[in-house]
Order: sequence, then C-alpha cells, then structure tokens
Amino acid sequence: MAKKVLVLAESRDGALRNVSFEAIAAAKEISGGGEVFAVLCGDSVHSLANELVHYGADRVLVAENEKLANYTTDGYYQALKQIIDEETPEAIVFGHTSLGKDLSPRLAARLESGLISDVTGLEQAGENTVFTRPVYSGKAFEKKLINDGLIFVTIRPNNIAPLEKDESRSGEVKSVSVEIKDLRTIVKEVVRKTSTGVDLSEAKIIVAGGRGVKSEDGFKPLQELADVLGAAVGASRGACDADYCDYSLQIGQTGKVVTPDLYIACGISGAIQHLAGMSNSKVIVAINKDPEASIFSVADYGIVGDLFEVVPLLTEEFKKVLV
Amino acid sequence: MNIFVILKRTFDTEEKISVSNNKISEDSAEFIINPYDEYAIEEAITLKDAHGGTVTVVTVGDEDSEKELRTALAMGADQAVLISNEDLDSQDQFTTSSVLAAYFKDKEYDIILGGNVAIDNGTGQVGPRLAELLDIPHVTTITKIEINGTTVNIERDVEGDLEKIETSLPLLVTAQQGLNEPRYPSLPGIMKAKKKPLETLELDDLDIDEDDVEAKTKTVEIYLPPKKEAGKILSGDTADQVKELVSLLRNEAKVI
Repeated sequence: MAKKVLVLAESRDGALRNVSFEAIAAAKEISGGGEVFAVLCGDSVHSLANELVHYGADRVLVAENEKLANYTTDGYYQALKQIIDEETPEAIVFGHTSLGKDLSPRLAARLESGLISDVTGLEQAGENTVFTRPVYSGKAFEKKLINDGLIFVTIRPNNIAPLEKDESRSGEVKSVSVEIKDLRTIVKEVVRKTSTGVDLSEAKIIVAGGRGVKSEDGFKPLQELADVLGAAVGASRGACDADYCDYSLQIGQTGKVVTPDLYIACGISGAIQHLAGMSNSKVIVAINKDPEASIFSVADYGIVGDLFEVVPLLTEEFKKVLV
Repeated sequence: MNIFVILKRTFDTEEKISVSNNKISEDSAEFIINPYDEYAIEEAITLKDAHGGTVTVVTVGDEDSEKELRTALAMGADQAVLISNEDLDSQDQFTTSSVLAAYFKDKEYDIILGGNVAIDNGTGQVGPRLAELLDIPHVTTITKIEINGTTVNIERDVEGDLEKIETSLPLLVTAQQGLNEPRYPSLPGIMKAKKKPLETLELDDLDIDEDDVEAKTKTVEIYLPPKKEAGKILSGDTADQVKELVSLLRNEAKVI
C-alpha cells in the first residue's frame, strides 16, 4: 500500500548531511510508490531544499524560524509536531544522529507510536516493512516491524545507500510557518572539539588507536594518516581510559558503534567490547605488534608490526598513490 | 532534592552473545548495571551530597534485577523500586516508558537521571519518552551538570562537540561517558545496602492494564552476524607489506 512518508533532513555547517539522503532512500522503499516529503528546519536553510529533491524527495517543506537556528528539543519538537498534525504522514524517517536520537523518542511518545531506532537495513515482507537493526552493539541483529499505526524509524548513517543524485529532478519546495513557543532548554554555546570536521558516525574511513599508541602524542601519526585519507580518528576504551584522548572518540559497546567502509585499527588488541563497536565495518585493517591479538580475527588485512613504524609508511604510500 | 535514577540490568560488555530459539540465550551470562546508568547513579549521589535529599533507583525488570538495585544501593542510593515486568507478554520502549510514567505520576521529583542508551537494545528511547509523558524537559548525553536553585547548567556531547545548555528543574537527563567516574561499592556500603528499602511493585499496584502498555513493535527474528572469514596477514619486510596493503585496499577491497 502506498504510503506518505516524512523525512527529517539535517544540515551541518550549511550543508545537508549524507544521512538525510540515505533517509530519503529508506523512505522511498517504505512508501511503496507513495509520496516522500522532506522537512528542513533552521533559520536560513531554504537554499538547501533543492538538493533533497535531487536525491529523491518528491516535495520539501522548509520551516524557517530564528528559534530553530540551533537544535533544541522543544523547538524542533514543536515544529515537527505542527507539520505532522497537518500532513498526517503514515511513516517517519529520521537519521540516527545526535539530533534524531534526542528528538524521535519524544515525538514517538507524543504520537503514541512505536519507534525502531538505529536501522541498518529494510525489506518488504508482504504488507509490512521489516527493519534490521543491531542489538548488543552489533554482536547480534534483529528484524523488527511496527505492529500497526505509524511507522517511525531512525536509520544509522552509512548503511543504506542513497539514490543517485539527479539534478534534473524537480519537486515543490514550500515554506511553512511554524509557531515556536517557550523553549525550556536554551543552547548557550557550542564548542567545536572535532578537529577535522569528519564525524565518527558518518565517516567513510576511520583510523583508530588503542593502548599501543602509548600517549597523547602517539595519536599524531594516526591523525596524519587520517588527514591524508579524509578519515576520522577514533579510539578504544583502553586509550580513553589511559587519557591518551577524549572519551568522545571511544568506539565500542560503551562509546560509538561505527560501520565505515574502512577501519584501520592501530595498536588495538580487540577486546570483545571494542569489537562490538566496529566489527561490522566493511573492510578492517589491523596493525599490531602481537600476532595473537584478537583484532586479527576480525581483520581483512593484517600487518604484524610496530604501529609507529607502519603508520607513517602507510601515510607516505597513500600520499604517493592519492595525488 | 528528590533525585531518581532509572536503571536497567544488562549483559556484561565482555559477554559473547548466542542465539537459541530465536532468542538471545541468557544461560550463564553475567549481568551488570547498564554502564551508562552507572554514570547516572554516580551523578545522583554527587548531587545528593551537594544539595541534600534522597536518591531512589527504579527499574522495570524481573526479580533478578534486585541484584543490580542492591549494587546501586551499595554505591550510595537510599532506596530502590523494582517494578515487575513478569506479567507482560510483550515489552518494548513504549511499554517501559509507559510503566515508568505510571510510577512517577504521583511522585515528587526534581530530577530523573538515566543512561543515554542501554548496551543491549541500544535504542536510547526510554529517557526522552518518559520526559514527554511527564511533560518535563530532557537533555540527553550530558557530560556535566550544575544545579543552582532551579537553574541547571549542563554540558552535553553532540557527536564530539560540546553544547552548553541552560534549563530548569524538574528535568530528566541522560548520562554520557565522561560525566564522572562511577565509584565501586565499598564493603560497608554493601553491608548497609542489605538493610536499605527495596520495594517491589506489580503492574496492578500502578493501576496499569497490560493491554494499554502492550508493545508497539515486534521482533520477528534474531540472528548472529555471519562469521568473518580469516583475513590475510601480510608478510615480508615492513615497507613491502605497506605497499601491498595499499594496493589491496585499492584494487581488491576497492575502498580507497
């Protein structure tokens, strides 16, 4: 049955996030030939709307309001609630991002709906859409569906392929005015800590360090490799616990769960809790002095050796071939 | 100050997972307090030390969850509540948050703390859902909190960046790693915990009709990811290995 599906688009630093294009692709599949419309919130985001159409949205609603300049739960909640009440979509797709994780449960509670979070795949089974998602941080997977009523899901970045961009596609872009009343939480300041601007959860390539990096300085060669590859830098719990880096870099069952195209593990032994956070990456490279390290059991390619020797060589080699 | 912590009993992070009869097998598994909920307990005790009041830990679970509640009491929480889910045929985040909302309905609370996500199901839904049902604001993934009167200043982790938030009580927050370093229960703490009040409630005690909190979602299959085939360990001198690796990543794996 054809469905009307709402996609919440997200922008960052004035550009749409990839996960929004992926969400449109997921929405298309859920819609079964119905309509996919994207919602874009912010204070001056109108110029981004057409790109959502190029990626497959049939229509875009732009909700601009100065109170939507920064994400706040209450602001976005009020805007989305008004649009949902007016449009009555049969399905909603958000990215499983910081914003999506914060907002979707609250809206689901208001709409008295089920919510399937962190979806990595979807398929049609008769009348139902069945969603795949990891449990125990990817140690297992489950297939889930919503019993009845509104279908509400958040999709994990990097797992569902976006549609091919087609600039010849056209669709209606419409401004909607939303009324934003009191905000109970106010953003005073945003302090940027991510140096390269490549977010771990959306990164195509991750260079991660463990206890083997030995110090805060030990992350430098990893950062250099990451810079050459346009990658994000991550870490194991061991490296975070030892204060070599910030906890925000931690990958594992506690920490972030990532599924990049390429994961380069440097000096990481591969504790179960770390493997849970990265073993579903598409290609894994392990660099470790210890040939018995369990990281090699999940690696596609392994180099037994000292990361301080191997990583700089790797950086040089990539520099040569990537020019 | 009336401080509440919602917590969940979960598998230990070092546990391997096996599936039998389309269910995660719990045989001989070690259980712990969900690690993110531990940060919430620690912060609750710190807030109590600074502002006075009572820390109540609440869980929705089976009778075995008493062990995790006792651990929280041993850390320094004052009292515990176990809401039994054994009468529920199906349970998801809609269910858990509805049950918790029924519990909180007639309670006086200044702040409710929880983990930002449980490491088993990993949805992070229950906290924000509960805040909505109670009509109070929520802030997720917090790494710092300061309370002055009813004004609350919070720092939260947003995908690696730091956001400074101002809000007010009553409030629900969810803890992110980095908020604090949870204490281990001390031996005297463990002794005291045995005597601290632990109340068990049935759904009937909260006037909940099971049909009203029935899960909105259904799990149709649980499976383990396919086992990875053994990878290729390169050999030769380091420079050659590096060259080979780059070539493999470009030509065989095609990820660069």
